[in-house]
Amino acid sequence: MNVLPSDPAARAAVRQGVSVSVATGLYGISFGALSVAAGVGLGPTMALSLLMFSGGSQFALIGVIGAAGTPVAAIATATLLGLRNTLYGAVVSPLLQVRGWRRLAAAHVTIDESTAVAVAQPEPAASRIGFWVTGVGVFVLWNAFVLLGALAGDALGDPRAWGLDAAAAAAFLALVWPRLAPRRAQLVAGLAVVATAALIPFVPPGIPVLAAAAVAVVVGLVTPNAPNAPDAPDAVDPAEKESVR
Amino acid sequence: MTTTTLWVTVLVASLACYALKLGGHLVPRSWLAAERVSRITTLVTVALLVSLVVVQGFADGSALTVDARVPALAVAALALALRAPFILVVVLAAATAAGLRALGWG
Repeated sequence: MNVLPSDPAARAAVRQGVSVSVATGLYGISFGALSVAAGVGLGPTMALSLLMFSGGSQFALIGVIGAAGTPVAAIATATLLGLRNTLYGAVVSPLLQVRGWRRLAAAHVTIDESTAVAVAQPEPAASRIGFWVTGVGVFVLWNAFVLLGALAGDALGDPRAWGLDAAAAAAFLALVWPRLAPRRAQLVAGLAVVATAALIPFVPPGIPVLAAAAVAVVVGLVTPNAPNAPDAPDAVDPAEKESVR
Repeated sequence: MTTTTLWVTVLVASLACYALKLGGHLVPRSWLAAERVSRITTLVTVALLVSLVVVQGFADGSALTVDARVPALAVAALALALRAPFILVVVLAAATAAGLRALGWG
């Protein structure tokens, strides 16, 4: 296909971005249908999807509204769940190196999926391509399918029947897989699994991910830096890290 | 909730979420350039991705469950170990989960 860039790393980033966009975008059907069912009309549903554009926060907000919660509770829950996007912004911003309106646009499409694809790329150029393809791809498809879900409701069926929830989980696994070689990364991965699984039953969605990130910060602070150790690649700038393999 | 309240709620929450995203992008690059910070960023990336695998693979609302996603993740891990390309990993996982659910499990 001649629309794909010639560089293999960039091509891989485009392919990953497109597959993640499709799997995530189709989930918009669920949000659109649930939002209308929760009593949020078509207009506010589309405003949420276009302006908030963060799946976890959107589901949380309509959940509180559907349960007859207060506006303050709805805003607070959605905002708390959006906190991880601040972390994502800080992680992807040095990779993107954009200013002005492009930075404003990049901030808007800074979500789980675009960050995950960006940071998983072996080189900065591929990271930028992965970020934009995924961010814009999810934005377009998510909003299109939210509209479809809001209009057609449950007539389209459950995305789970198509295995799309498993596809999203597998996409995240595939993105982290090549990063698990260093021993310190394996330690952090194990702790992240424990922290996430332990917290899921007790805290709102979105918080376990932040807790896992906090665990990684602690490990990074308490383990000494040893440039000659076998896991030295993770001491390299994250933008260049994978290219040493 | 009246229509006006609903709109105000939607717009205020959306603005807050956007401000959080932009805030991350505006963190001065010099803060992130330190060697220790870049090392932590690398570890945070691993933790975030692994946490997303757990949430997306095992969470059902606020419950931990084992359903068709778990064998699908096992198939994905096997495919990754065999160095299958990204898209194949994702498609195999979706097919595994969809197939098991079509058979009435998970």
